[in-house]
Amino acid sequence: MYRIKADLNVCQGFANCVMNAADLFDIDDNDTVVVLKEVITEEERAHAEQAVRSCPVNALTLEAQ
Amino acid sequence: MTAAARAVPDKVVIVGASVAGVAVARALRAEGYDREIVLLGAEADWPYDKPPLSKEVLCGHSDRVRTSLITRDEARELAIDVHLGLAAEELDIAEREVVLADGERFGYGACVIATGATPRPSPWPLRLGVHELRTVRDSLAIRERFLAGGPVAVVGGGFIGSEVASSARTLGLPVTILDPLEAPMERLVGAAAARLFTDLAGRHVTELRLGHGVVAIEGTAGELTVRLTDGSTVKAATAVIGIGVLPNDGWLASSGLLLDNGVVCDEFCRAVGAEDVFAAGDVARWHHLEQAAPERVEHWTNAVDQAGFVAHNIAHPDDQRPYAPIPYVWTDQYGWKFQIVGHPESVSCHEVVGDLTVERPRAALVYADAGGRLVGALTVNWPRALADLRRGIADGVNAEGAARALAERATAGPVKT
Repeated sequence: MYRIKADLNVCQGFANCVMNAADLFDIDDNDTVVVLKEVITEEERAHAEQAVRSCPVNALTLEAQ
Repeated sequence: MTAAARAVPDKVVIVGASVAGVAVARALRAEGYDREIVLLGAEADWPYDKPPLSKEVLCGHSDRVRTSLITRDEARELAIDVHLGLAAEELDIAEREVVLADGERFGYGACVIATGATPRPSPWPLRLGVHELRTVRDSLAIRERFLAGGPVAVVGGGFIGSEVASSARTLGLPVTILDPLEAPMERLVGAAAARLFTDLAGRHVTELRLGHGVVAIEGTAGELTVRLTDGSTVKAATAVIGIGVLPNDGWLASSGLLLDNGVVCDEFCRAVGAEDVFAAGDVARWHHLEQAAPERVEHWTNAVDQAGFVAHNIAHPDDQRPYAPIPYVWTDQYGWKFQIVGHPESVSCHEVVGDLTVERPRAALVYADAGGRLVGALTVNWPRALADLRRGIADGVNAEGAARALAERATAGPVKT
């Protein structure tokens, strides 16, 4: 299992995460990221990591649990 | 099965250690690839990110942003074998080897070409005071010139030129953008949105000299004269040239690969005619299943996203995924965030949600095709709308309905100010 963490102070609303994984991320009315699904499985890891890596300001991290 | 099943390669050699190359290496590990990865970079500097070069680095705010793409420690942790400082000179497909400038040869099971792009050769000799911008060294040299004072002439009003102009204005320097086109951003974003960029430049007293080409840049640093096709001149202390880039595919001339404005690839980003060679980022021209002509995209998001598909297709030979993204780019200018998704350049029909005339708009231009379907959008300081419209494009929703929904959201306004 992995946990997705978002640093709302770093997020600038680039929305690259939404482009890559609209099932895991959204942008709210504050124009910052919302993690739709915080805990993910090993099968979803590559998909989630792609979204994490696509953040231009490194606002997202994936932590093994 | 008609052919022998493809095996997972025992070694991946990535040529190019910038945004796409580093992303391929990282994504291979994320995909569970546990064999050898070699990352070759022509520049001696450790891999660094490119978007800050035209913004934070020029303004002296490098400390506010991420500039490293991968550190020595991260590379060691991920078991990525990084070789920096020598360009690749040859790809020998028969021997499956990449040859570096010093003759060293790297054998590969799969090779990823991620050599990016290089500025279109400047017709005006580069020298102290006349600069192009691609590397961190270019950026630091321009910053030094900016600190010596203005005025600044920016030749080319595309993304890079506009961002450099914005940074120079932030530093308080007088700036003139010169471009032979009347609306330099038009090719990228369509006519209506292009006006938005010229209006914004005007608000910040960036002078625009549009519709005339540059004939010559004479003089020395601090005392340059830029001569235009209409006979007029512009004085500048520093000139920055931003007239586009060309794919770095020259080193592949002897490889036998199909090169045509980049490395021509199939929908899986595999080089045409070479089983074990892939391309990602600015150098890749691939068959996008939803586009008539092969695509080559010169933006950060594409480099990272395409890298992910390449890594997946290398690590999972039995699960090949075509790369067919909805295009997405952003640009930050004068403190405004522009986000462009889909194909706004392809259609003229659009609707504006929000008021673009206020001091800091929160607005969206919504584009429909002839059938009224949402096909593109440009948002201004409104990431939430961008995310909604991106989903709408993927779902093929009606543009008018999407615009109406956004208008309702706009009146609700942001939660914080």
